[in-house]
Amino acid sequence: MAEIELRHIEKSYGETAVVKDVSLSIRDGEFLTLVGPSGCGKSTLLRIIAGLEAQDSGEVVVAGRCVDDKRPKERDVAMVFQSYALYPHLSVFDNVALPLRTRRLSFAQRLPFVGRALPGRGGIEKAIRAEVEQAASMLDIAHLLHRKPGQLSGGQRQRVALGRAMVRHPAVFLMDEPLSNLDAKLRVQMRAEIIALHRRLGVTFVYVTHDQAEAMTMSDRVAVMTAGELLQVGQPEQLYRDPQDLRVAEMIGSPKINVVSCDHWMSLGASLPPGVDGNTTHLAFRPEAVGIAAPGDRRLNGVVTSVENLGSDIFLNVALADGCGAVVVRTHPDVSRSEPGRPVGLQIDPACLLQFDGAGMRLRQADQVEAAA
Amino acid sequence: MTTLDQDRERRVDAKTSFAKRSGEHGLGWLAVSPALLLLIGLLFGPAAAVVLFSLTDWQLGSFTFHFIGVANFRALFTDPTFWKALTNTLVYAGIVVPGTVLLGLVVALLIEASPGLRGFYRAAHFLPVMSTMSAMAIVWGTMLHPTIGLVNRALGAVGISGVNWLRDERTALLALALIGIWQGLGFAMVLFVSGLKAVPQQLYDAAAIDGADGVLDRLRFVTLPMLGPVTMFVVILTAKRSFEVFDSVRVLTQGGPNYASEVLLHRLYTESFDFLRMGYGAALTVIYLAIIVLLTLTQARLLERRVHYS
Amino acid sequence: MIARFPDRRFAGRVARHAILILTAAFALLPFVWMVSLSLKPPEEIFQADFHLWPTAFHGVENYRVALTAAPMFRFLLNGLLVCTAIFALQLLVCIPCAYALAKLRFRGRDTLFSAVLVGLLLPPQALAIPHFVLLNVFGLLDSYAALILPWVISTFGIFLLRQFFRSIPDEIIHAARLDGLGEFEIIWRIMIPMTTPALAAFGIFSIVAHWNDLFWPLIAVRSAEISTPALGILLFRDDEAGQFLGPLMAGAVIIVAPLLVAFLIAQRRFIDGLAVTTMK
Repeated sequence: MAEIELRHIEKSYGETAVVKDVSLSIRDGEFLTLVGPSGCGKSTLLRIIAGLEAQDSGEVVVAGRCVDDKRPKERDVAMVFQSYALYPHLSVFDNVALPLRTRRLSFAQRLPFVGRALPGRGGIEKAIRAEVEQAASMLDIAHLLHRKPGQLSGGQRQRVALGRAMVRHPAVFLMDEPLSNLDAKLRVQMRAEIIALHRRLGVTFVYVTHDQAEAMTMSDRVAVMTAGELLQVGQPEQLYRDPQDLRVAEMIGSPKINVVSCDHWMSLGASLPPGVDGNTTHLAFRPEAVGIAAPGDRRLNGVVTSVENLGSDIFLNVALADGCGAVVVRTHPDVSRSEPGRPVGLQIDPACLLQFDGAGMRLRQADQVEAAA
Repeated sequence: MTTLDQDRERRVDAKTSFAKRSGEHGLGWLAVSPALLLLIGLLFGPAAAVVLFSLTDWQLGSFTFHFIGVANFRALFTDPTFWKALTNTLVYAGIVVPGTVLLGLVVALLIEASPGLRGFYRAAHFLPVMSTMSAMAIVWGTMLHPTIGLVNRALGAVGISGVNWLRDERTALLALALIGIWQGLGFAMVLFVSGLKAVPQQLYDAAAIDGADGVLDRLRFVTLPMLGPVTMFVVILTAKRSFEVFDSVRVLTQGGPNYASEVLLHRLYTESFDFLRMGYGAALTVIYLAIIVLLTLTQARLLERRVHYS
Repeated sequence: MIARFPDRRFAGRVARHAILILTAAFALLPFVWMVSLSLKPPEEIFQADFHLWPTAFHGVENYRVALTAAPMFRFLLNGLLVCTAIFALQLLVCIPCAYALAKLRFRGRDTLFSAVLVGLLLPPQALAIPHFVLLNVFGLLDSYAALILPWVISTFGIFLLRQFFRSIPDEIIHAARLDGLGEFEIIWRIMIPMTTPALAAFGIFSIVAHWNDLFWPLIAVRSAEISTPALGILLFRDDEAGQFLGPLMAGAVIIVAPLLVAFLIAQRRFIDGLAVTTMK
């Protein structure tokens, strides 16, 4: 049982504030991902939860108890690092066994040299061996236990790091960009394994990544951060369909959401779609919300500049008529066949149109407010 | 209470709990405290004491002393033996530094030129670096012996009558410099070899394409320029070691004959620990210290620049 | 090398070996001479013609005299004891300090590090007078303590180890803290095993320096029983038996041999160790 409650966390290094008043509740057993560009403070937040960094103000509550005065090892959290942080001089077995040894062996038993001779150590070591082997077989690294980390591939190291984290059954798993050092294929495979691991262990996972695709595919909920600020927390599809902030809309989804300012829109001679609020400065729409039509008078017109055929989908890059800015359109291969140079008109589904004000905040139409409520 | 106050309070709370929790501050000081105490007690305290001593007329064994200002330094600067020791040290360095650096460079270039017997040559040249100088100085003493010594026997074989190297005013310092080169050569060689290994092969390839493909061309256009920083480093290091020459002088000549081979550090030792004139010795130490500090600072500057280079 | 002229290439090789053999001979000659003399009877040393190998083998006798007339083994043992003690104490002081300077955040850290850098500037010989006075005050002169104590703090060691500790990623230390290791255990189980090459290099540097040092033992020690090898051979020379060259050379061989043998066994380690430590 470990829900995590972050209350008004602030952290700065010298003059630069890296975490600005972040409050966040993470439910027990949830897979929550912190996503944002590098330097947005997500890793710092994770380290604050782990106790590796101290916040300047605010508090961290785990399972109903404030843990601010607890050392990292007392917090019942495990962490998987970007570089895996395996101990290069220890075998895989010793790497995985270390957290168990530090917890189960007494202070005297852990002393250099003399510790080995003390009574009672044998039994504990035996139990540890069994648990390490069990974790290893679960992660399919049982055959690697005698090797040193330097002799392992990236994916194997990743598994060892996971093994070291899970072997002591922590209440919370923290992961700091654990997949970013792997090649693309392995990354997809490990994604699935981490999801499976989460399901099997049923404990809270807090996962940090800059890769929105990872965040979208893995998590129960995603927390989007930029420049130390927590912008929005929600389920992946909620962030995708209903972003509250232009920055969230731009960060989530690939290819990126299309954004056209109202001024630009009108300067192209197109009329604004019906229902656009007076305060709206920017209109945004996903590539799949656009259809290709014949060029027309009162709509956005442009010229296809390139075609990316992914087989299942086709992405058209359309340069707007005045040459400034472009729009990405997703179409089905059998719906339209376009080639570069062809002038087209863009037909936008008004129901999928997102409106933002000058500060980047989302403005809702009446029916959307109802739907959200 | 205003929000600002609450804010501040929260911040203070977090700060104290941080100190309690991580204890990094206390831990840090605990870890460095032995080193810090020893640093003060064995390095900085004594260094200050040397400067203090140099302003007194203290002699070891006497219970009183007076501050006499810079009188020790004045005496030092009017003492011909001091000037003799200083010039001798400079002459010694003037022979040992170029000798060691040039020889070290040539040996390193030749060793790295091809792999034949490389390991043997490297070990052979490095052996003197490792050997105990006081013992080897005794050996050198017998080699330079006027009648039974290897040097004069060899010279005699080709019809030259050698001199009594270590007892002759004209040759004593030269002989010591030869021993200095003998010992320093291997170290310079090793540093040059590591410098050579750092020269990227592409540079040689580029030079070959540009037409510099002869041995001398490669040396002139690639190797030597690339070794510039290492060379400067070796020069300073060897100079520092030259100023620290002591063992061979103590063992073989004790500065003689007639101060012909007196050097700074040996002078310092004799004044302080043979004559027990601590104040005077301390003044000498201050001068010595100034020279070494200057050389070390130059060396550090060079190292820093080399790091920034890459 | 682009070999258009095999002849010239061959000539180059010959020249390389010719010069290197000459310089190697210069480096090795004293050792050969020393061993040669240590095997000869006195009359042969003074003979007009010179043979490398003695015509009358007198080695056993010379080494016997060297070992009985002076406590040669005692010197070696003292050397071992003093060097080991110095190095062990240096590690004990340096490692925690270097770790704190490299990996812990505390107020005054940068100031302390600057102090270490300043300490690097001080040549040990310049501190001989106050060290001598200090030991005199505590009545420690002419004892093992006198040989060991002044070297217990090594700014160089602190600096070197700090550089190596810094190269260990912070994440490893964070992982260790999460795994439940205390700071002492992090040093013992993580930092030390991960920097053994650096520690070995520092060890070689420290041991070679103190085994060979003459300046300080000459000041601090008078009696033969606690002399280190470098001082011991001098005492032997000034002794009656040392007037004979054969035994004196035998003594020199005994004094010089341990380090040289160690060097020949672990050449790479020694060369790299000494080179690395100066370049850092």
